[in-house]
Amino acid sequence: MSRYLLSVFGPAEPTEFGPYPSKKAMLESFADTGAFNDKLEREGHLVFADGLEPATTATTVDGRGDAPVFTDGPYLETKEFLGGFWVIEAADLDAALALATEASRACRGKVEVRPFHSEESIKALLDS
Amino acid sequence: MTHTPLDDAITRAHREEWARVVARLARRLGDLDIAEDAAGEAFAVAVERWRQDGVPPNPGGWLTTTATRRAIDRIRRESQRDLKHQAAQMLYDDTPPEPRGPVEDDRLRLVFTCCHPALSMEARVALTLRLLGGLTVAEIARAFLVRETTMAQRITRAKAKIKAAHVPFRVPSEQDIRHRLTGVLAVVYLIFNEGYLAGEGDDPLRADLTDEAIRLGRLLRTLLPEDGEVAGLLALMLLTDARRAARVSRTGELVTLDEQDRGAWDRALIEEGHALVHERLRVVAAGGEPPGRYQVLAAINAVHTDARSARDTDWSQIVALYDRLTVLDPSPIVRLNRAVAVAEIDGPEVALAEIARVADVLDGYHALHATRADLLRRLGRSRESSLAYDRAIELAGNPAERAYLNRRRDQLTP
Repeated sequence: MSRYLLSVFGPAEPTEFGPYPSKKAMLESFADTGAFNDKLEREGHLVFADGLEPATTATTVDGRGDAPVFTDGPYLETKEFLGGFWVIEAADLDAALALATEASRACRGKVEVRPFHSEESIKALLDS
Repeated sequence: MTHTPLDDAITRAHREEWARVVARLARRLGDLDIAEDAAGEAFAVAVERWRQDGVPPNPGGWLTTTATRRAIDRIRRESQRDLKHQAAQMLYDDTPPEPRGPVEDDRLRLVFTCCHPALSMEARVALTLRLLGGLTVAEIARAFLVRETTMAQRITRAKAKIKAAHVPFRVPSEQDIRHRLTGVLAVVYLIFNEGYLAGEGDDPLRADLTDEAIRLGRLLRTLLPEDGEVAGLLALMLLTDARRAARVSRTGELVTLDEQDRGAWDRALIEEGHALVHERLRVVAAGGEPPGRYQVLAAINAVHTDARSARDTDWSQIVALYDRLTVLDPSPIVRLNRAVAVAEIDGPEVALAEIARVADVLDGYHALHATRADLLRRLGRSRESSLAYDRAIELAGNPAERAYLNRRRDQLTP
């Protein structure tokens, strides 16, 4: 099994109902996402999943100097930010892409699939 | 340089065995890098060894064994424990031998991995030419007019993604194969088209690319003999390539279909292409799956190659086939091509009206303006025609096509 991060992005300052056009749409997406999460758990894919508060609530910390520096706001300056994510386990990329397709449909957004380091790739890194 | 029988044997072995050696090693090792390097080394060793000892009775078996030994040596040298474990597995490989059925051929797995939809189109093309076609990185770089280091990096990145993201080395499931195969055929057709009407550079035709695309098409046909679109794409490429010699004049100018020397068409390729088209027609007539895009395009080309002269062309048949193609692929380019056939039946005026509907979307496409220019010329609207030629020349990247368009424009009286 390989581990993948499935990320969903949304606008920096979402509307009242997040990225959804109405409350009804929001509740429908929540229900679909909940059902998808149940399926991930049932089939042994789920490691962790959750949604994030808006990026405006983020604080960036730089602890490399003598005293930590705290900055209001997210690290990256972009128009869209990470809104939520899943960490899943799947047999291979094909399986992960199939799950990401369902995730995208449920949360009404594009989903980025990215592999985590594996034991093998860490070892290759250390040996290099 | 003279060609010795040894050179020929190595060239033939390379053509026939490269993909098989890479694919077998990739499956057993799960590592494309090691498979590619070991295959390359095996061919280098073959050049030396075969010179001394003669060509072995089974070159493919010899190459696979040599490549496998090289791969094991490399893995042993490397310190990674789990790879050592794999090496041990290879020595005592108790996995069943490669099944004989074509669908289980390791090369088919390699096809689907190289053309995986998670890779960019550029990366798919490069990987396919390197790992399946056995072209060198330098050859691929030259074909696509990029620097060798750029191409090497493109291939390395793609292999790294395959490894890190765990792109599987297998044939897709029954439910996915149709969709995934469409992607594979698109890669092969792109390689063919890049060779047949090179978009840039000084060569109007790049036979290395068309030849390679046809080789890949033949390989797919061997691996998936029942598939209609695989047959369709191969037929399409054969019937198009059959006209290659007549397509550019001795002075380096593009020759359009109606002006081509049909005696210079390659009869063997045409016969092979027609046989494939007829095979598909029989299958469809017997209630098989309706033809897809490539089969319809092949049929259109078969109508052209069937005609003894341009005047004998069955244009109503071609329009009917384009109608069918429009249903499968309602793209503006298909509608533009259909209009060319319509002009032959209903006249240039009707065709111009059809083209007007796609003119906005295709404004940046040289063929739109070249087609308009020709239709306007036939209607005696010289000024408009000349302007359309100007636009087409401005946009055309192919030198032979530019030469043709220039001559056509200069024939008009301003």
